[in-house]
Amino acid sequence: MNWGVQWMLPAAGSDFARYSDTIYAGLFWLCMAMFAGIAIATVYFPLRYRFKAGRVTPHQTHNTQLEVIWSVAPLILCVVIFFIGLKGYLSYAVAPANSMEIQVTAKQWLWQFEYPDGSRTINDLHLPIGKNAHFVMTSDDVLHDFFVPDMRVKMDIVPGRYTEVWFNPTVLGKHVFTCAEYCGKGHSDMHGVLTVENDAEFANFLETGGTEWEDYFSGKDPTKTPEVWGKLQWERKGCNSCHNLDGTRSKGPSWKGIWGKMEKLNNGTTVLVDEAYVRESMMQPQAKVVEGFEPIMPTFQGLLKPKEIDGLVAFIKSLQ
Amino acid sequence: MEHVVKSGAPVGQRPRPTKNYLNETTGIWSWMTTLDHKRIGIMYLCGVLTAFFIGGMFALLVRLSLLTPTHKIFGRVLMDAEQYNRAFSLHGIVMVFLFIIPAIPGSLTNFVLPLMIGAKDVAFPRLNLASFYLWCLGLLMALTSIAMGPVDTGWTFYTPYSTTTTGAVPMAAMAAFVLGFSSIFTGLNFIATVHKLRMPGMGWFDMPLFVWGMYSTAVIQVLATPVIGITLVLMVLERVFGIGIFDARMGGDPVLFQHFFWFYSHPAVYIMILPGMAIISELMPTFSKKTIFGYRAIAYSSVSLALVSFIVWGHHMFVAGQSQLANVVFSALTFLVAIPSGVKVFNWLTTMYKGNVSLETPMLYALTFMITFGIGGLTGIPLATLATDVHLTDTYFVVAHFHYVMMGGTVIAFLGGLHYWWPKMTGRMYSETWGRVSAVLVFVGFNTTFLTQFILGSRGMPRRYYNYLDQFQPLHMYSTFGSWILALGFFIMAAYLLASLRKPADAPDNPWGGTTMEWETSSPPIAHNFEEQPVLEHEPYDYRHRVTV
Repeated sequence: MNWGVQWMLPAAGSDFARYSDTIYAGLFWLCMAMFAGIAIATVYFPLRYRFKAGRVTPHQTHNTQLEVIWSVAPLILCVVIFFIGLKGYLSYAVAPANSMEIQVTAKQWLWQFEYPDGSRTINDLHLPIGKNAHFVMTSDDVLHDFFVPDMRVKMDIVPGRYTEVWFNPTVLGKHVFTCAEYCGKGHSDMHGVLTVENDAEFANFLETGGTEWEDYFSGKDPTKTPEVWGKLQWERKGCNSCHNLDGTRSKGPSWKGIWGKMEKLNNGTTVLVDEAYVRESMMQPQAKVVEGFEPIMPTFQGLLKPKEIDGLVAFIKSLQ
Repeated sequence: MEHVVKSGAPVGQRPRPTKNYLNETTGIWSWMTTLDHKRIGIMYLCGVLTAFFIGGMFALLVRLSLLTPTHKIFGRVLMDAEQYNRAFSLHGIVMVFLFIIPAIPGSLTNFVLPLMIGAKDVAFPRLNLASFYLWCLGLLMALTSIAMGPVDTGWTFYTPYSTTTTGAVPMAAMAAFVLGFSSIFTGLNFIATVHKLRMPGMGWFDMPLFVWGMYSTAVIQVLATPVIGITLVLMVLERVFGIGIFDARMGGDPVLFQHFFWFYSHPAVYIMILPGMAIISELMPTFSKKTIFGYRAIAYSSVSLALVSFIVWGHHMFVAGQSQLANVVFSALTFLVAIPSGVKVFNWLTTMYKGNVSLETPMLYALTFMITFGIGGLTGIPLATLATDVHLTDTYFVVAHFHYVMMGGTVIAFLGGLHYWWPKMTGRMYSETWGRVSAVLVFVGFNTTFLTQFILGSRGMPRRYYNYLDQFQPLHMYSTFGSWILALGFFIMAAYLLASLRKPADAPDNPWGGTTMEWETSSPPIAHNFEEQPVLEHEPYDYRHRVTV
């Protein structure tokens, strides 16, 4: 409920927003009433008792009763307001146990989101309607603040520690989120779009691994190619802990110059390193193990999204 | 001493002495080496008004730039994002450290506090002059930092941005450090002066409420200011020598900086507002020709505001990453601020009840204060309330709130005090008509500028934003228009105040019918304040024996 204050607020997009708006509306009218009292006295007294030469004023020094009343009454009011605010805050402060956890990394001047299944997006946040979304956030550089006006939530993001915020989106469609802690030149451009969608749409969104890859396959930015995308996956998914790029031996074969090579396997046969073999090695790593290496690689079935595999293939191909 | 009666002196006006503090000695050197609190007050006044002009220009630039989302004025981009960030940072740094903190203590209080308690000077006149020179040094350092590369950190210097950005951050921070000492010297002086130099017969509860307010302010200046000094030094050490204190990459904690910073800067808010309240406590009885209502309540509320100011700093950090428990405790404590503030407002308003209220320029500012400080105080409630603060903090709502307190409170009261004591300080009356015109323009301009910003903030416009969504443009536009009305009011004020200086001394000793001691001496006062040691004859604000003409 927000009695007559909708025009001052953005549309409410979460349960917390509605609760917060109710308090806002209550405080708004309470403050208006108190302000009216002050304003009326400020205008009325000078008019009613305007200057007349020779008028003698009474010598009213104080009135203890009045002093007590206008000290204690506001105090009681303040205690009530404090507890109302506290009740709402407690629901904001602790995320419910069944929440979907999303990792947020803020840096000058963009937002990275990582979903529970490893899907990633940049400046583009998707949430299923009615599900509690719990954000665990950290910063790569300076202070930032994750502010979603429609959800009435805001939380600073601090380098070197994790901060948390959560909400339950209840309104389908697009909402803005933005940085609310000053972070330099691009501070006011550090915003993105939150899309609240139904379960099917959200599942579809996760299926394709988010939207971050789109930039790397669109060909618009020469610094963002499928190869660069693949190298990112090599770092992020941990390929780099066993496969290096400089040709030296590690826990797994180096990727340098591996593309198009005939590799000798530990069962004595040979295989051509092509797209089919690379894909197979990610999904069923034990099927064809190169001679001289332990069969220690875990499967990446379900962990690598189609476009991530495409990127890795392009990356390996480029390492001639 | 020979007294000359000038024609045109008002009825009851004593002969005006030929020698006063302005012409007792002459020459620039006599000013630069003066130990007279009145001259130091005048020099401080010139200084802080210059700072107000510089800070105001930055404010007008910021508002002009925000007029349209494209920042284009007559087809040209006024400022890019970096320039904009520097402009709002310099606006904040100049206004906070160079203007609003020293404004009332350095200028008006320096001038009238010793007069009010019947003293010849402050307790430590040399320290007083040193305070002014430190202020000058601070100004020089601030200007140097602008020349070296303006800072873009905001006035808050939050780490790790402040330790990594380009720009002369160490120089600007050291300027604030030096200005801190200037503030400490002033506070120290007032504490000693109030304790030791009250005239015979003046007990603590015979002091004008202005003195109570300034005494409370001085206590905060002395106790809180060292904290910002230490904090800024630590920040500079981290930046220059790579010592990890606040930077997480070096094992530091950025939130620690915020705790340190607000441990000073929240009490500093009361260094700013208490002097404003102190002035209002003088204006209300004088222009109501009636004794102040609830003298002790107002005096105690000044002291309790000073004490409470030290335990609420965490309310600046509800979403900064401090513990949930800390948030709850600080929210509860913050509500305590409302009580003494409310007590003051209620007592001031009641003072007018059955009074004899005249609406000269200083009183117009006092009435403006009731409205604007009222709004500033009341909008603090949704910010102290946790559930609504989460949405409102770091938005224009906060910007509007603190401008209503700092400008609508302190600056409006400062202007009231300036107009109130101008005849005493200069010996000249200014044009009352233009004074009222300007007061109305300031009222309209101020409210147009900042009322809109409450709505912007509630709608989700974050602060310190160069680019903003198109939907916010109309409100930004009104806000900018308001800043022009405000500026017009200030330029008119500058014109008639300066014009008043060109005419011969015409101010009576007591133009407003005030009851405190500064009105007992001549306008302008003689160099030694009083012809002989004054003795308290009646409690302050006693109008029982006065007939108003």
